[in-house]
Amino acid sequence: MPWIDACATSDIDAEDLIRFDHAGATYAIYHSPDGKFYATAGKCTHEDVHLADGLVMDHLIECPKHNGQFDYRTGEAKRAPVCINLKTFKTKVEGTRVYIEVA
Amino acid sequence: MTKRDYSLLGPDGQRAVDIGLAAAEWYHTDVPRKVMKELMQRSDQPAIRDTVILYGCMVAFAAMGIALWPSLWSIPFWLAYGVLYGSASDSRWHEAGHGTAFKTPWMNNAVYEIASFMIMRNSATWRWSHARHHTDTYIVGRDPEIAIMRPPAFARLLLAFVGVPDVIAFFPRLVYNAFIGVHPTEKTYVPHSEWSKVVRVARITLAIYAATLALAVWMQSILPLMVIGLPRMYGAWHHIMTGLLQHGGLADNVIDHRLNSRTVYMNPISRFIYWNMNYHVEHHMFPMVPYHALPALHEAIKHDLPRPNASIGEAFAEMWPALRRQFAYEDYFLHRDLPETAKPYRMDFHEGALGQTAAE
Repeated sequence: MPWIDACATSDIDAEDLIRFDHAGATYAIYHSPDGKFYATAGKCTHEDVHLADGLVMDHLIECPKHNGQFDYRTGEAKRAPVCINLKTFKTKVEGTRVYIEVA
Repeated sequence: MTKRDYSLLGPDGQRAVDIGLAAAEWYHTDVPRKVMKELMQRSDQPAIRDTVILYGCMVAFAAMGIALWPSLWSIPFWLAYGVLYGSASDSRWHEAGHGTAFKTPWMNNAVYEIASFMIMRNSATWRWSHARHHTDTYIVGRDPEIAIMRPPAFARLLLAFVGVPDVIAFFPRLVYNAFIGVHPTEKTYVPHSEWSKVVRVARITLAIYAATLALAVWMQSILPLMVIGLPRMYGAWHHIMTGLLQHGGLADNVIDHRLNSRTVYMNPISRFIYWNMNYHVEHHMFPMVPYHALPALHEAIKHDLPRPNASIGEAFAEMWPALRRQFAYEDYFLHRDLPETAKPYRMDFHEGALGQTAAE
């Protein structure tokens, strides 16, 4: 599994996320309120909508289209209309860079 | 002239899927991320305040209505109670269903269930129909919440002001859901995992109405039904009045909410009852913005939106003649002009799907 340099730690405000595209796939990278970084698939499992326009509340990401929610740490679907969990990816921080491990 | 088939299982819905009109990419006004994050922030305080006022007024008005019953002096209190029961419940159902009204999830869920009961919607089914309404807003054959179909059925529209079509549709479906299960059309948008909840909600709802009816029979009085059930009819007028304006007379089968939705400036009482859904273009474009932040969102993006209607009266004066023209020619619609500062309509998004030019 390759580690991909995704962004700088300063690219994402605390309690926010950004979109990251790589090799034809799209990801969402999160900066949690407690200073950790997480990564998930970039689109909602309900419909084809980028999560990067959504709202991070604590450890939840809310989809901007239908207000479905996931726990971005585990990918667990937490609120209708999402029913299918979100795929998650490992992250690591080296210096000021955030890396994600992609399949 | 195009004959529309609004059935969710019909050819228009399939055509929308085939040409990419369903679940399409919609136009959004550019809003800086920091501004949008501020607008999206959730808070319990405004909705707690409004909910205390709403339920407090309902209890007070119902108590006065009961105390003065059957005197004619009770009528004003029933009218006030009715509009809160039969109309404010529509906006509470809507906002709590989005999960944006309160910050705390259980508060959203509690208000959603109560409002769903009052507005006579199965809370399990309608959560999903509204998701589809946001995915495919006024896409014929895809959107299950198109209030004004073409050609408009004027008798039905007028009867809706006293809740008749909704109530007539509700009770047979309630019995169907309670005793048979999820209806085939509902299966097109309600996930299988939620079907048991649809049935459970229907059975609980049916039990409450049965108990209310039994009490009315036992008391030999319609008074229990004046409190539960009938206000969905005698108080429906306000949510129909405001609801028809959301999309009435505007384009269908387009993927720009500036074309198919209407923002109307309203008086404070109507905005309380309607919970700011008069900012309807804004709500559809950014559904994660809570009702209490919609006026601020409106200020942030109005340079990119058509001119709002100045009042309910002005909006009806615009919409009603358009509906009359649609009665004779159902392809007619009101074209929305944009301010010079706006980004243009993405005609490449929807020109092919429209298959027609604006009527004016």
